[in-house]
Amino acid sequence: MSPTLSDLEAPDAFQARHIGPDAQDRQHMLRAVGAASMDQLITETVPAGIRLGHGLALPEGCDEAAMLDRMRAIADRNRVVTSMIGMGYYGTHTPPVILRNVLENPGWYTAYTPYQPEISQGRLEALLTFQTMVADLTGLEIANASLLDEATAAAEAMTLARRVGRSKAEAFFVDANCHPQTIAVLRTRAEPLGIPVIVGDPVRDLDPAAVFAALFQYPGTDGAIPDLAAPIDRLHGDRALAIVATDLLALTVLKAPGEFGADIAVGSAQRFGVPMGYGGPHAAFIATRDAFRRSLPGRLVGLSVDRDGRPALRLALQTREQHIRRDKATSNICTAQVLLAVIAGLYACWHGPDGLTRIARRSHRLASLFADGLRHGGATPRHGTFFDTVTIPCPGTADHRVARALAEGINIRRVDADAVAVSFDETSTRGTVEALWRAFEVDRPTLSVDRLDAEAAGDRLPDGLVRRSPFLTHPTFSNYRSETEMLRYLRRLADKDIALDRAMIPLGSCTMKLNAAAEMLPISWPAFARIHPFAPAEQAQGYKDLVDRLSRALEEITGYDAVSLQPNAGSQGEYAGLLAIRAYHRSRGDLDRTVCLIPESAHGTNPASAVMAGFRVVVVACDADGNVDVDDLKAKAAEHGAHLGALMVTYPSTHGVFEAAIGEICGIVHDHGGQVYVDGANLNALVGLAKPGKFGADVSHLNLHKTFCIPHGGGGPGVGPIGVRAHLAPFLPNHPLRSDAGPASGIGPVSAAPYGSAGILPISWAYIEMMGAEGLRRASEQAILSANYIAARLRPHYPVLYAGQNDRVAHEVILDTRPLKAEAGISVDDIAKRLIDYGFHAPTMSFPVPGTLMIEPTESEGLAEIDRFCEAMIAIRQEIARVAQGHWPADDNPLVNAPHTADDLLVDRWAHAYERSVAAYPVPGLKDRKYWPPVARVDQAYGDRHLVCSCPSIDGYREAAE
Amino acid sequence: MTIRKFTEDHEWIDVVDGVGTVGITNHAQEQLGDVVFVELPEVGATIAKGASVGVVESVKAASDIYTPVSGEVVAVNEALVEDPAQVNADPEAGAWFYRIRLSKPDELDGLLAAEAYQALLG
Repeated sequence: MSPTLSDLEAPDAFQARHIGPDAQDRQHMLRAVGAASMDQLITETVPAGIRLGHGLALPEGCDEAAMLDRMRAIADRNRVVTSMIGMGYYGTHTPPVILRNVLENPGWYTAYTPYQPEISQGRLEALLTFQTMVADLTGLEIANASLLDEATAAAEAMTLARRVGRSKAEAFFVDANCHPQTIAVLRTRAEPLGIPVIVGDPVRDLDPAAVFAALFQYPGTDGAIPDLAAPIDRLHGDRALAIVATDLLALTVLKAPGEFGADIAVGSAQRFGVPMGYGGPHAAFIATRDAFRRSLPGRLVGLSVDRDGRPALRLALQTREQHIRRDKATSNICTAQVLLAVIAGLYACWHGPDGLTRIARRSHRLASLFADGLRHGGATPRHGTFFDTVTIPCPGTADHRVARALAEGINIRRVDADAVAVSFDETSTRGTVEALWRAFEVDRPTLSVDRLDAEAAGDRLPDGLVRRSPFLTHPTFSNYRSETEMLRYLRRLADKDIALDRAMIPLGSCTMKLNAAAEMLPISWPAFARIHPFAPAEQAQGYKDLVDRLSRALEEITGYDAVSLQPNAGSQGEYAGLLAIRAYHRSRGDLDRTVCLIPESAHGTNPASAVMAGFRVVVVACDADGNVDVDDLKAKAAEHGAHLGALMVTYPSTHGVFEAAIGEICGIVHDHGGQVYVDGANLNALVGLAKPGKFGADVSHLNLHKTFCIPHGGGGPGVGPIGVRAHLAPFLPNHPLRSDAGPASGIGPVSAAPYGSAGILPISWAYIEMMGAEGLRRASEQAILSANYIAARLRPHYPVLYAGQNDRVAHEVILDTRPLKAEAGISVDDIAKRLIDYGFHAPTMSFPVPGTLMIEPTESEGLAEIDRFCEAMIAIRQEIARVAQGHWPADDNPLVNAPHTADDLLVDRWAHAYERSVAAYPVPGLKDRKYWPPVARVDQAYGDRHLVCSCPSIDGYREAAE
Repeated sequence: MTIRKFTEDHEWIDVVDGVGTVGITNHAQEQLGDVVFVELPEVGATIAKGASVGVVESVKAASDIYTPVSGEVVAVNEALVEDPAQVNADPEAGAWFYRIRLSKPDELDGLLAAEAYQALLG
């Protein structure tokens, strides 16, 4: 009989593209783990008490073509209009060579955070370029490798100033001329920390003795360019610090904040080649004095050397960060915005200082000519000097102006009922100016852009604030100006790194699954990319539709009653969820429920976020099996009783175990009046099998860049939405500039944009749509099977630490390598570096337990690759045994010398106790697919002792090499 | 003759004429790995027993220094700021952190003797 049409339509085709092992592979794996069927394995693994009795109430899956059709229909409900609203978001042209070779290149976007520097030199260099660019333009000494957005960067600057400042004053001053969303986020962040925020006019309202720091916007949101030298001087006179929120393009023509005394500078790098994306993702920046370096939040790339003395890049001063300092971290930030920072830095390389200045001056020239034309027509812009933004008073007629502009195809900013503003940018043209003149009813037939351009000699930048200092003088900003050079540079950088396009990245808890090409296509569509976050809601109906669909799907998947997509990283989701808990307690008069219980095995962002949300962290012990010690929990819950605000718990645990006591744990906390926060980082083991919202949790964050396929980008972007049960729904984040972004009773915004990094939400929706209810469940099942398979294959060689009931692990497995240190002097670092010789990125090292490796294959890896990884681990175990047996010396063996570079092997005299072929080709299969690390083992201590965080001179490279 | 005392947080203290010299033990520096940064208390500061008065950081860990005794800080070892690696090289002599004039000498009685500290390390 012929197959039916229904058979031939194959709606579940995508499942087989996303899930690596096929049916036959699964049978093999099930046999290896001793389970008769997938059902049996899942029954043995996932506690019965939390198992769903039914499938997810989501539609069945579809293929890529159908998904793209549906996505197109959603996108078509957005209306792309030229947006000149400004407020920190501007039109920009992503250079096509960077779009194609970075943003759309899996070699760049599937990479992880560069914790293993030897296999990350490419993106580390791109980040160093970003840091150098920011430091140069802001005139400050040290810049980090990106923060999440301008508003949260300003909040980070506020707490940085409080940490390092010498003023004893308690309040923080904010210039009213800051972007409104920045002010709103600052208020949200300051409140739980007890910091009074004073918003006002720097001339009239700033009392330097009353504040520990002040934030200014330069240029202001209304376009004015303030002279901040005097107010900053006065602040310093009272030992207060000055923070300047600024614009990178403006800084090519305006004096740098570091030149007039700013202590810290923050801003967004969006307009350097990254689309607006309805609010994100974009890289934000922070720059400050070198003296404050240890207090800088976020990732910092620094220069060090490898064991051969080669210059090598690495993440520096990690002891500032949450994964080490936990509740004493400088910030809770983990995932940043690396991919976008890479793009912004490359944009600067592409245009160079002269190209950027040209773009800046052209934007300014257009703004000036526009303003001049207005004057001819009888309207008077508010300011005589400005950079790109012109504010025009129009008493009572602002709405009329906005409508006229829209009729010309342009969104302008409605400041209030009596004023509008227009911001020019890289994409603005003469046509833009003429269209705006029509919108402003400038009725002078002889007026033309050309005529005014010929007549207008000077510009409208304030004389005393014109930039005179050079910037971006490093050769990297002039070496890649032809497309051929840039293309090859991008290829050279990408070739240095291991990303998912080369090999499995078995990082436990990172869920490095497939980021399908079909999921990535829509984010570049203009209908998604070119929408301004504060465009009129009518123009963003497609985004509204997408947000609704994705929110409902996540509610169904998690069992929660409401979702907010605003937080733009897991850490931000944790923060928002904890703020919601705090607000809930306070709404019931419980002002003292300030204790947050956190297991010692928790991810570092947990305690860091709790502190930021105004909680006091109390650590709960874990038992010998790595589970929450229920007795200790009971004791501490009782001890803190009426002060108990919340428990944060990860489920399955950070040890990869479905703790059987989760129901009891939630019960204990609830009995004492606390709320339960379940960290959703490990959701990949739960989707379709259990729902946190149904087994006792009150709120969770999800990591869309883990479970739901947003690529890791080398360390961002991320999206960290929160799901809450109904009683917490009134306390979700909201946004003053978009009433439908959250409840009126909400906690305020936690991100600059109403829907956070909205531009990448299509990726997760596409994944859910293509997989459908059954596919999502199958993915979780495969993730669990693959982890148990690895446990079964490696158990004879390495102790498996922690397993749940029936000796099963969840979606990840921890191997204990500590005994090998005693036995053979081989550390977990040695194993991680030796894996590089085998062509792999190491699993997660020393989290949650020092001296261990945590392996998460995900459902996307095929059996062949999983076996290749197991064989590498087994071969390494045999190498370790040879060291223990004395066959190789403890100080000269393939492990302690790993990774081996081509240079290491090509010496004339090979002086090691093992063959070169053992070093480079420990298994024969590598000959066809060898990855050569560009540097040998990086000296981490040297890098922290001699901190260099911007591109060194060419001489510096030469000296280091000698 | 000074008798060195120890804390459970792996600090040591030698007291001569009412002034104690404080550092971290060899065990501590081994656990930390290569030390990259040391934060010392301010000279002249008055500190109370158990307070966190400084930080010693390696590449992979950061440890607070809790003062074993109360008193006034009379000297700090600036050389450690320049060359933190000294903490690894000579933790129990040259890489002392600070000197403190004890305000409550009785506090020494509560500290561990050498044998007791060794027993702690197991």
